[in-house]
Amino acid sequence: MLTKRIIACFDVDAGRVVKGVSFVELRDAGDPVELAALYDHEGIDELVFLDITASHEDRNTVVDMVRRTADRVFIPFTVGGGLRSDADMMLMLESGADKITINTAAVERPELISEGAYRFGSQCIVVAIDARTESDGSMQVYTHGGRRPTGIDAVAWAREVVERGAGEIMLTSMNTDGHQDGYDIPLTRAVSDAVGVPVIASGGAGNAQHMIDAIAEGRADAVLAASIFHFGTHPIMDVKRQMQAAGIAIRMEHADYDDVL
Amino acid sequence: MSDPRLAELDVIILDYGAGNLRSVVRAVERVGARPEVASVAAAMDSADVVILPGVGAAADTMRNLRERSLVEPIREYLEADRPFLGVCMGLQALMTVSEEGGEHPCLDVLEGRVVRLPEGRKIPHMGWNRVEQLRATPLFEGIPQGAHFYFVHSYYCDMAKRDEVVATTSYGTDVTAVVERGRLAATQFHPEKSGAYGLRIYRNFLSGHAGNGASR
Repeated sequence: MLTKRIIACFDVDAGRVVKGVSFVELRDAGDPVELAALYDHEGIDELVFLDITASHEDRNTVVDMVRRTADRVFIPFTVGGGLRSDADMMLMLESGADKITINTAAVERPELISEGAYRFGSQCIVVAIDARTESDGSMQVYTHGGRRPTGIDAVAWAREVVERGAGEIMLTSMNTDGHQDGYDIPLTRAVSDAVGVPVIASGGAGNAQHMIDAIAEGRADAVLAASIFHFGTHPIMDVKRQMQAAGIAIRMEHADYDDVL
Repeated sequence: MSDPRLAELDVIILDYGAGNLRSVVRAVERVGARPEVASVAAAMDSADVVILPGVGAAADTMRNLRERSLVEPIREYLEADRPFLGVCMGLQALMTVSEEGGEHPCLDVLEGRVVRLPEGRKIPHMGWNRVEQLRATPLFEGIPQGAHFYFVHSYYCDMAKRDEVVATTSYGTDVTAVVERGRLAATQFHPEKSGAYGLRIYRNFLSGHAGNGASR
């Protein structure tokens, strides 16, 4: 049975992980590659790096991070943040990323999705959608890191990005993001039911129950979290055990490379 | 424990312009071999092992292979039953015909059709799925029954000869996960993205063709 994926997300600024990561056992807890290798070892299913560097003029730092990750980590990982052209996408994929994610650039120029899907295959094009449920109940797409409303309906946009060739949707709720109080279930369900591609729920994870809810009620295919893993309060396998106990199909093996090889 | 014989193998990873090979190269290096990426058929002459990776659509793959004059050399290589590992599209390209985006003849090394996954579930089939080993083969040495591997695909191989299927996964139907015939093996999942057990597939395959110059 296909398992539900648990995805860890790192916000990276100028090559360093931000959002208070505290791992005493790491030589350099700010190095995204060290963290990626640790999370892989601890049983994470997939990784996402979001480059939040203000200036995207200099891509060398990100390229270096992607290359070093591909050297050490043998699970899928996605890179996003400021990718605006198929040349940007190609640079990341050629450096070793399995998928790229685009957000604002896709809203500004939706053809970017189809161009990427045509050139690299839908399987590596993840469209990130930031959405907010407004007071009137509408679900609106936001861009520029959740700051700018677009007037676009989230479900309609989700359908459009899939038609244009997105292989996956990473859906973040601006209402729940950062609160660790649970994912936005109605939004997740509305989008997941509307499209035929996998949907990653993002924003609001505070514990394993939140992830169970996002999958069982929100019908998410994967759940993304940052803080709850980074602070070390919710070890990955503890979360997975709870989810499995709730009847969710989960990949429980997390073998050590040196033991298996 | 690493197998020192792997460093002596002449491992060719075929580059036919299908995108990023870095993860396959790194996975093969991680298990102790020293692969060479090549895009010309002549590189296969002295190879101990040829690996055909790939993502994307069958039509593009076949066009790319034709443009590089690799179609006949790959067929001849496989007719001679020399060691060959296909990964994802590198499996589907071996089939008789693919229905992806029309009706596209493939390499016709394995008998059967590449068909769309059944409706009713999210497509692509993306993520870690449980792989059922149908029989014991050295390829699965050290890998527990039911271990999970990472899949990304929308079409799958409907094999005419069921005895060539050595592992399946379940996604609305029994999906061919691993094929073996003689010294040809191929996986629908991505071993280079399937953690330690994925790397073990590479190691097992390469170890099976290492030493004693048996494969030449």
